[in-house]
Amino acid sequence: MGIFDIYLLEALLNGVLLGGVFALLGLGLNLVFGVIDVVWICYAELIMLGMYGMYFLYATYHVPFLLAAIICVCGVGGVGVVLHIVVIQPLLGTAPINQLLATGGVLFFLQSAATVAFGIDFRNLGIRLPILDVSGMFVSYARLLAFGVALAGMVALYLFLSRSYTGTAIRAIAQDRQIMPLMGVDTRRLYIITSAIGGALAGLASCLLVLQYDVQPFIGLTFAPITFLICVLGGLGNMVGGFVAAFLFAEIISVAGLYLDLEWGYVFAFGFFVVLMFMRPQGLLARRS
Amino acid sequence: MRRLAPWIAGAALVALPFVYHQPYPLHILVLVLIWSFVYTSWSMMGRFGLVSLGHGGFMGIGAYVTALLWNYLHVSPWIGIPAGMLAAGAAGVLIGYPCFRFRITGHNFALLTLALSAIVLQVVTATRDFTGGSLGFTPNRYHDGSSIYALQFNDKTTWYLVALGVWAAGMAVRYWVERSMLRYALEAIAEDEDAAAAAGVHVTAEKLKITVISAMMTAFAGAIYCQYQMFISPDTVSGIAVSLQMVFAAVVGGIYIPLGPTFGALITILLTEFLRISFGTAAIGWDNVIYGTLLVVFIIFLPQGLLGSIIGWRKPLPAARTPAPAE
Repeated sequence: MGIFDIYLLEALLNGVLLGGVFALLGLGLNLVFGVIDVVWICYAELIMLGMYGMYFLYATYHVPFLLAAIICVCGVGGVGVVLHIVVIQPLLGTAPINQLLATGGVLFFLQSAATVAFGIDFRNLGIRLPILDVSGMFVSYARLLAFGVALAGMVALYLFLSRSYTGTAIRAIAQDRQIMPLMGVDTRRLYIITSAIGGALAGLASCLLVLQYDVQPFIGLTFAPITFLICVLGGLGNMVGGFVAAFLFAEIISVAGLYLDLEWGYVFAFGFFVVLMFMRPQGLLARRS
Repeated sequence: MRRLAPWIAGAALVALPFVYHQPYPLHILVLVLIWSFVYTSWSMMGRFGLVSLGHGGFMGIGAYVTALLWNYLHVSPWIGIPAGMLAAGAAGVLIGYPCFRFRITGHNFALLTLALSAIVLQVVTATRDFTGGSLGFTPNRYHDGSSIYALQFNDKTTWYLVALGVWAAGMAVRYWVERSMLRYALEAIAEDEDAAAAAGVHVTAEKLKITVISAMMTAFAGAIYCQYQMFISPDTVSGIAVSLQMVFAAVVGGIYIPLGPTFGALITILLTEFLRISFGTAAIGWDNVIYGTLLVVFIIFLPQGLLGSIIGWRKPLPAARTPAPAE
């Protein structure tokens, strides 16, 4: 097969689009980690909640898609705040691993609460977005949309962090947790804002994923590993690194999926991750100290 | 009397199936013993602050290597189990060495080991032509189904004794580690890695030792679980859910005391069975709702675990230990 093989090109293009989805998945988790220094193991379950929210709003109550999406983004943002206040805040002073384990408990809770409440049926919105034909290559419209929104979300987050007063304070607290409170920064408030944004980003991801995947209580387990690996490979808390990592993973999965199976794509991506961790243990774009 | 107590308890446990042999309670006890062994293996790393989410992977390796060797190459589990343990140990070194060499600790270590669980799960799913994928895998029965060569037994009493032996061996390994220099080295590392290294502790080597021990024990448990249930699927022996289940049960029981993980296994399995029997299919999911809530509550309020706290209230530990030492 030549390099200009149309299937390979299609796989590469789809990889770029899948990378957009992955990048969006990693964005919120990375923000929360970078600022609060906490890993939300239950992050993918927040996305699951958002997807159920979308399903019920759109398919059961016939709320227009855009309005439903806005409600979902705000709703999951609210869940992020609750998660922070109830689970993370009491544990802020203890060993970091305790916070990770506590959110593991939240993962169990949300997953099985969804099983109890909604059953284990696969549900989908019933929206079939068209598939675009770009000079012989097939591109899913849903992925294109997700890619566009991921880019927009990145830019919006970047502008918020770099241009607004609150954003500047958030970046400052991420750099030095001890000094900033002495400078009169209200850490509590900033942590809550960050959690809200992190949750909202999960909500945004859920609005787009619900177009491509059926909702079920265990959908989180599908997204969780890849999301965490993206954040770790990019360097936890490093947004740009996360973005690069997302595209690398997506290309590997997409190209390996072309020649072998989709599962092998994941196996290669995870193997690649382990190999890269040997070489760059602090993440792809970490500065050498 | 205090020195005799463990022996009396042990004798009572051995005598139990001869006095009382209802299949269902024995089945529950076998499960409790096997999972206790798994949780004990996990806690041997967890108690030194090495929180691994890769143990689902180790367990899967042990179970699948043993079962695949048996079905396709007709290798007896007596050889298959050591092979699976070696494979898991190798996986432990593969993932552990770079982590310890480059000082990946805390969050990053947990997430990196999570990659191992995910890889094992995906490999099992991807090679579905051999492993049956997510539909699961059943080892072939050996003739009439009861043989020491194939490590397959029909009656629960034999399995109970096997599981009891396995569990006792696990406690013995833990006891041996607790009394060895390894423990002091690892405790020093958990307190402060740099100080430990300066005091002459070979940080990477010591951490690798406990990782390999823990990984091999977990793989062993996976294989025994497979021989007992005669069915494995990626969801029951590998993946993140299993890894988190280990963390949960061990933390609830208490990881700093020898019987903590056993206690954790006992209450989690009894709770699941209790809910299943009293509410039937209506209870699906409720057990995990309760576990999840308990895990959060425990980590916030009782980081020593249930049994650990009960003992702690009776007599304060000589040196107050902090939960899961910081990185």
